[in-house]
Amino acid sequence: MLRTWRQRVTLTDLFVWSIGIFIGIMLIVGFYRAFFVPPYNAKYSYYTWADLIVKGLALGGVYALIAMGYTLVYGILRMINFAHSEVFMSGPFTAVFLANWLAKAGYYEKYPFLCLILVALLSMAVSMTIAILLERIAYRPLRTAPRLVPLITAIGASFFLIYTFRGLYGSGMFAYPSIPALDGSWTLFGVFELYKTQVVVIAFAVIMMMILFYIVQKTKIGKAMRAVSEDKEAAALMGIDVDRIIVFTFALGGISAGAAGVLYALQFPIVNAFMGFVPGLKAFTAAVLGGIGSVPGAFLGAMILGVLESLGPNLFLDPLNIPNPAQLKDGIAFLILVFILIFRPSGILGERGTQTKV
Amino acid sequence: MQTKPSDWKISLQFGAIGGAVSILLSLVGMVVAFDQRYIIANGLTFGQITLFAPVVLTSYLAIKKIGSPLKGRTISWGAAAGAIGGTLLAILVALGNLINLRAMFINATPELYNIITLGVPLPMGLIVPIVSCTILGVAMAGLYLLSPRWRSTILQASAWVFLFGLLRDLIMTVLARWGAFSSIISWMFALNGMTILGAFLLFAFVGFFAYRNYGRKSNDSWVNKLPPRQQKAVRWGTIFAIVIVALLLPRILGIFFSEILDNVGIYILMGLGLNIVVGFAGLLDLGYVAFYAIGAYSIAVLTSPEIGFAHLTFWQALPIALIMAVLAGVILGLPVLRLRGDYLAIVTLGFGEIIRLLALSDWLRPFLGGTQGIQQIAQPQIGNFVFNTQESLYYLILLFIAIAGFVAWRLKDSHVGRSWMALREDEDVAQAMGINTVLTKLLAFGTGAFFSGLAGTLFAAKLGSSYPSSFNFFVSINVLSLIIVGGMGSIPGVFVGALVLIGAPEVLREFSDFRFLFYGAVLVTMMLFRPEGLWPEARRKLELHDEAPPETEPQTAVITPGV
Repeated sequence: MLRTWRQRVTLTDLFVWSIGIFIGIMLIVGFYRAFFVPPYNAKYSYYTWADLIVKGLALGGVYALIAMGYTLVYGILRMINFAHSEVFMSGPFTAVFLANWLAKAGYYEKYPFLCLILVALLSMAVSMTIAILLERIAYRPLRTAPRLVPLITAIGASFFLIYTFRGLYGSGMFAYPSIPALDGSWTLFGVFELYKTQVVVIAFAVIMMMILFYIVQKTKIGKAMRAVSEDKEAAALMGIDVDRIIVFTFALGGISAGAAGVLYALQFPIVNAFMGFVPGLKAFTAAVLGGIGSVPGAFLGAMILGVLESLGPNLFLDPLNIPNPAQLKDGIAFLILVFILIFRPSGILGERGTQTKV
Repeated sequence: MQTKPSDWKISLQFGAIGGAVSILLSLVGMVVAFDQRYIIANGLTFGQITLFAPVVLTSYLAIKKIGSPLKGRTISWGAAAGAIGGTLLAILVALGNLINLRAMFINATPELYNIITLGVPLPMGLIVPIVSCTILGVAMAGLYLLSPRWRSTILQASAWVFLFGLLRDLIMTVLARWGAFSSIISWMFALNGMTILGAFLLFAFVGFFAYRNYGRKSNDSWVNKLPPRQQKAVRWGTIFAIVIVALLLPRILGIFFSEILDNVGIYILMGLGLNIVVGFAGLLDLGYVAFYAIGAYSIAVLTSPEIGFAHLTFWQALPIALIMAVLAGVILGLPVLRLRGDYLAIVTLGFGEIIRLLALSDWLRPFLGGTQGIQQIAQPQIGNFVFNTQESLYYLILLFIAIAGFVAWRLKDSHVGRSWMALREDEDVAQAMGINTVLTKLLAFGTGAFFSGLAGTLFAAKLGSSYPSSFNFFVSINVLSLIIVGGMGSIPGVFVGALVLIGAPEVLREFSDFRFLFYGAVLVTMMLFRPEGLWPEARRKLELHDEAPPETEPQTAVITPGV
């Protein structure tokens, strides 16, 4: 027994594990100091922590909706739709014009929720259109090509879209108008402050996720999607129009990305053509963390990532005396991405078989 | 199989696609930006070509797809496709005059409408794009009906006229340095673009040779017919000539172009490295900029008095910087070895971003300078000679390119190189054949990182400073694009790719705004229509064309011959 174990563990494993253990120790030290070592444990109150968690959940809701696009497409085509971050960008970047027009005309104060829904609908429609065009023009002809080819195409499409939208709408920053009805916060149990926008974002994201889950699990077309993801040829033999299902998958991913875009804009109202890259990468991280190809996995992964990202700088980095830890918040997400891919590419809820596919 | 779409549907569809692309190019701002550059003096502008090219191209493709032998039909389908495209443009102009499109589309300016209507005022102006596109569609039908020999002649001659007009500034700047020669050719050019006479004569000149040489064998086969010894002589002669030209280039082109050459050179160096990782070993590395940054920052930290860490000279710091880059390559390489394909790409991308975030952070500010970067980096110096001008740096970069190119060329057919290629083809089989995949992949990562680090040190020396903003994801994409355009795995391809993608946008200044738009489009179209690149590596070409399954062939076959 011992010998086989020793044979299986290579130098690479040792190296990787030692890095992992080192980072783990750093995290534990940071965590310990944040709660038990004097100068640090007094820095933040429990309300701050609760605040950060809610903020993280709101962020996670956005990531979850973007991650849906990655996870659905990966489930069916086994490809990373690198341009999905631009599908996400296109919606809110277009809808900002409608939002500003509505705000100027005064509708934002009169019917805030109707306006929000209109803006979200436009954003979803634009993102869906971009996703469908992307599939039709860039991915469909390459469905049988070697694996790197569609990925490179996706990278190219991503840049093309970023700079097309920059060219169309200009390189300036555009701000979403604030919604007066969502300013301020609700107080829970007399002590607990919840920002209205965050509550709305979380609620909206959860509802969207439930609808998507219902579509994939309970409807006929969802069943067809799952069939195509299992085996394309067999599904085609059963009379499923594979092309149509793939287009539908992209459309679904686009719709959820468009919705995510509006929710993102509620939290960070400045939009521009480059806004997609970082949230896109983080959503991909979330999809991988939860187990790519799985819808509940994407939700779980996104929530974990959102909370970690929101808590991380204060919880782990600040107690280690790292100045201005918020700067490294994106680094936390990327580090999680790198490590989850190295240690457990199948993610938390991923199928066993993924490991071999990766 | 589906039923064949009817002819009118094809013509309509293609015309509409062409019109849509034209509108997109207009709204993105290309047409207006390019309108400043005249191809033919006071006549045809680059903007107009950009505007009408999609319609022209799609109507030609439509005619080709319909492939009707009848003259009248071909002409009418061409006219129809052109007319549809033109109508879409006219609709854009009409819409723009009815409502304020500018509130959303920043480039929907009166200037743009003026270009589309060719300056004709409005009610009549709406007809102009329709008529001109229809005429162009008919012209494409005419081109299609010509014999292949005439078609190729006209295309070649037009391409040369276009190129000369486009590169007028470059040609004139070069000629200005050679007073005596300039009069020979300068009459061809006006202050903006070519003169009509010049364009006409160039067209006739190129056309004559193109017509005469049509169907003749190219130079290569001429060389191949010679006996082996002479073949070798010709080959060495070519290499010698290239070396001479490369050495004289900054002298010929002047200071402004020397800087461009330096940039191109640095990218060639990186391209040679990434070509090993992506092209030879098939490991898609999207965080390649990380090693470039590590090279640049190592030189900066070790030589700059600002950090006060060490006061080495450039040459003392260079080996340390290179070792750092290689170490980073191996450290990244080790854990990601077991990942394949797309996951590897994402992990390396994450790694590149982490390096950039660290360089930006306040945490490492005492060492890396944070957002302000590091200034006063030592310049390379031999004896009393300091490489501080663009021209002298060019020679230094050229020397390193020569070394890197030689190393890459020798590695390619070596034992290691063949292992890399085996790995690229099929990892499991390669392992079964006894290739140590761990070591082989590490070697690829290490070599790639080495070249990238070298490029980084030269970049730092050239700028004299090092900022985190120079090391973003776009650099990785630049390098990736250039090796894909040139041809993955092909060493001459790296040079071609760098000249086209890095050199051309610098020469055509108005183009640089659309550089990444263009890169994106190039990556997509290359992957769709020519995945082996402009200067393909022989084996790669076979591989990509062998793997294409028969069912996708009809689709690609329609479009490739026309390109």
